[in-house]
Amino acid sequence: MNFITKKTVTDSKMLGRMITRLSHEIIEKCKGIDNLAIVGIRTRGEYIAKRLAEEIENIEKTEVPVGILDVVMYRDDFRSKNKLPKLKVTDIPFDVDNKKLILVDDVIYTGRTVRAALDALTDLGRPASIKLAVLIDRGHREMPIMPNFVGKEFKTAPEEEIRVKVKEIDDKDEILLVEAKK
Amino acid sequence: MSLSIENLLGLEDVPQADINQIFDAAFSFREVLERPVKKVPTLKGTTVVNLFFEPSTRTKNSFALAEKRLSADTVNFSAASSSLQKGESLKDTIQNLCAMKIDLVVMRHPTPGSVKMLADFVNAVIINAGDGTHEHPTQALLDIMSLKEKFGQVQDLNVAIIGDIKHSRVALSNIYGLKTMGANVMLCAPPPFMPVSVEDLDVKVTYNVDEALEFADAVNVLRIQKERQASGLIPSLREYRNRFGITLERVASLQKPITILHPGPMNRQVEIDSAIADGENAIILDQVLNGVAVRMAVLFLLSGS
Repeated sequence: MNFITKKTVTDSKMLGRMITRLSHEIIEKCKGIDNLAIVGIRTRGEYIAKRLAEEIENIEKTEVPVGILDVVMYRDDFRSKNKLPKLKVTDIPFDVDNKKLILVDDVIYTGRTVRAALDALTDLGRPASIKLAVLIDRGHREMPIMPNFVGKEFKTAPEEEIRVKVKEIDDKDEILLVEAKK
Repeated sequence: MSLSIENLLGLEDVPQADINQIFDAAFSFREVLERPVKKVPTLKGTTVVNLFFEPSTRTKNSFALAEKRLSADTVNFSAASSSLQKGESLKDTIQNLCAMKIDLVVMRHPTPGSVKMLADFVNAVIINAGDGTHEHPTQALLDIMSLKEKFGQVQDLNVAIIGDIKHSRVALSNIYGLKTMGANVMLCAPPPFMPVSVEDLDVKVTYNVDEALEFADAVNVLRIQKERQASGLIPSLREYRNRFGITLERVASLQKPITILHPGPMNRQVEIDSAIADGENAIILDQVLNGVAVRMAVLFLLSGS
């Protein structure tokens, strides 16, 4: 399927500022970084999580553990899609018990990915708390899930899509609003 | 992501892309097996029937664990306590089971080709867990996955298969799978254990175990089925060990490390010395762990098709 770009939602400079602001908010709301750990949802959430951790380390001068979560095994819709999503490895190199976890994804939409991620995280142990951070909230929730930290709320139509690009895998940082070409 | 095959009957016709996908998924499931809670809800609501018409410990338990780890519902069927004893045919038995809305069938049967026959009339996904002396695809997949884990890749790897190749479904599936993945395969066995039409397999053949060890980066040592000795195919187990056994002396005389696989169950001091089987270059227990992961991958990928 081909997509046409309708709008740049956030450019690279704004994305950097967004990360900085979210990092400060996380530190403030969590009252410091004791027991804090960040878990990114594959694929884009992984890179956003690493940037948040880096920024928080810059501010607090203390290392924050980062993990990567693959939620494909926990999805409720993998059988209804024509193609199975590619399975990747979950890599959480720390014990989640009693941690204040920040779950990170690039975009929140129906809430189903986050639902799957919560199941996956609670299978790994018993965190003290889980908070959710996303860059873009595009609305259209199908589950009672609200992010705690939001980069930007951006209302979209269901046929549109938000593309978050990160320079680690997409050459540049930007967030685009796209639509499938008819 | 989905496989081109709909059933896993054997590795003969499975393309490289499918095998790579199975390995990728299996490495993801390996991580699940390392967790404190070794269970994911992936196959919740999927029903798997395990049909074992032949004794099996390793394969049956490995499949059973793989299914449980994926949260599938399972029905176990063993021939000894079934209506087969009342004279019901295999076809009727299986059609009745499938009428109960089964999604996947894992079957082991002593007759070569039985899974193929089953696949032709059953509306469920079929996974071959060994059909007579024909194929045992999940065993070969876990062997090749273990090689891939050890060496990084299988392309151009020299692999020797030593032992009773003629009666081994593990050997045949390994030959197909290894060739698809680009490995060089050499078979080594006493003449009565070499398949009649071995030249059709397009692999190297030797009757000298030292030559096979010299060639190989890894050897897959097959079990000598003791019932074969009674049939007079080999004079004695001691002679087999002397001529074809993977002994400490043979391996020690090599100028290189050699990786050892064995599909189990082992006859220690017959086809393999304990010192080798328990040695640092043996990956026999890795094979067992990879067996669960590879079966999870196969169940997962085929259930989505």
